[in-house]
Amino acid sequence: MGKQIMEASHAISEAVKMVKPGVIAAYPITPQTHIVEKISEFVADGELDSQYIRAESEFGAISACLGASATGVRSYTATASQGLALMFEVLFIISGMRLPVCMTLANRSISAPISIWNDHQDSISIRDTGWIQLYAETAQECYDLTIMQFRISEHRRVLLPSMVCMDGFVLTHLYEPLDIHRQEEVDDFLPEYEPFHAILDPKQPLTQGPIGFPSHYMELRKSQIDATKGSLRIIESIFNEFSKKFPVEIKNSRPDDYRVIEEYKTDDADIIFVAMGSICGQIKVVIDKLRKNGEKAGLAKIVVYRPFPDDAIRKALYNADKVAVIERAISAGANAPIFDEIRSLFYDDSRRPNIRSFIAGIGGRDVTLKHIEKIYYMVKEDKGKKEEWMF
Amino acid sequence: MKVLIRRQLKEKMIDFEKVRLKVNDKDITIGCVLESNGSTSNLKTGAWRSKVPIVDLDRCIGCGTCWVVCPEGCIYKREDGKFESNLDYCKGCGICANECPVKCIEMVMEER
Repeated sequence: MGKQIMEASHAISEAVKMVKPGVIAAYPITPQTHIVEKISEFVADGELDSQYIRAESEFGAISACLGASATGVRSYTATASQGLALMFEVLFIISGMRLPVCMTLANRSISAPISIWNDHQDSISIRDTGWIQLYAETAQECYDLTIMQFRISEHRRVLLPSMVCMDGFVLTHLYEPLDIHRQEEVDDFLPEYEPFHAILDPKQPLTQGPIGFPSHYMELRKSQIDATKGSLRIIESIFNEFSKKFPVEIKNSRPDDYRVIEEYKTDDADIIFVAMGSICGQIKVVIDKLRKNGEKAGLAKIVVYRPFPDDAIRKALYNADKVAVIERAISAGANAPIFDEIRSLFYDDSRRPNIRSFIAGIGGRDVTLKHIEKIYYMVKEDKGKKEEWMF
Repeated sequence: MKVLIRRQLKEKMIDFEKVRLKVNDKDITIGCVLESNGSTSNLKTGAWRSKVPIVDLDRCIGCGTCWVVCPEGCIYKREDGKFESNLDYCKGCGICANECPVKCIEMVMEER
């Protein structure tokens, strides 16, 4: 198909069409609807040979994916916000059973009050479920990461579920130029599914998801956590392979090389922003503007949030004097989640940057260039409190 | 659709050697998969019981109500058409005694 102008949601649908999951189970929820709507059209039109299950709820959808994956087929779902909250229980079961289910999450705030708009509270709240989390900034990244997530999840040394998180409306409903890869090349990158996990088959009866007594539960969890940590290197190598195989066709639509942490002008930066998702686009614009005025600003964009890429973050922030963590999620009664994790990284280092926390864009509040610029000068001039809410 | 799933499966069976793992000197499998199936029958749940069902076979009419309602599925039909519990698995819940239309089952405190 080559270059297209396409909605980011439809870019995800295109990617799913190209990876050909055997089973797709979903329940529509704003702002994810366009993704599954398009996929169901592909299935109805015969463009995608797949079983599309219209589930009765998100709990049903993710459970169908679990079951399908356990029988040894590629399975996919998409959801948002309350839908993800309803899936909560099954998320743990899937990662514990080491089934490579793949999901797209259209990030949306959590009720109450009811909000259909974007922040990261849904995905941040389930960060401990053992799912790999990838965050996209542009439509092209949504498309590419979706293709890559299947390779990552299904890798024989990973075998973990993954979700590509894209900002609701800001990204899901955004039309952008996009390069659609050729089907043969995608097939070459992601061959037909061959499960490396145990599969349910009457010919070889076995038990999946049994009770884990206290004598073995801890060891089983440790093996899962080891696999999650070890997946970081595999993600890096798959990112490298993809970047080489599919070079950039449209300027600024994605980084030249996918990295777990994308560094933007960090080499000589005194002040570095840390953020993830679509907000990084605004930050880059502000950085360019600041640089014209002689200010040395940079950005470390988190692409992979789980597993947490500690070495890459430490490397990106190593030379910075000050760091501003801008996040769209909160942890009630404690420091903001990403801020806390980044700050604890530097606890053992003798040289620690001054790290500050900024809460922005909660519940779909616009984050403008002025907000980012204000954050920069607050950090530079040491103004404001340790945690600032950018209303 | 069935064709598709079969194609994706490639008729390939799982080789358990590939999912075996040792953590803290304990043998586990990736995703906690058990090679055996039906191993629950090795667990003799009869030991959990405090009361045991005693059937008055003279009064039993062989209707099978107890067989239907037993949550453990441990009631079996005797050759003479009457019903009795397999005490290896009977947990002593007493549902059979409660549901029996002729009240021929009595729950008796069991001494061990």
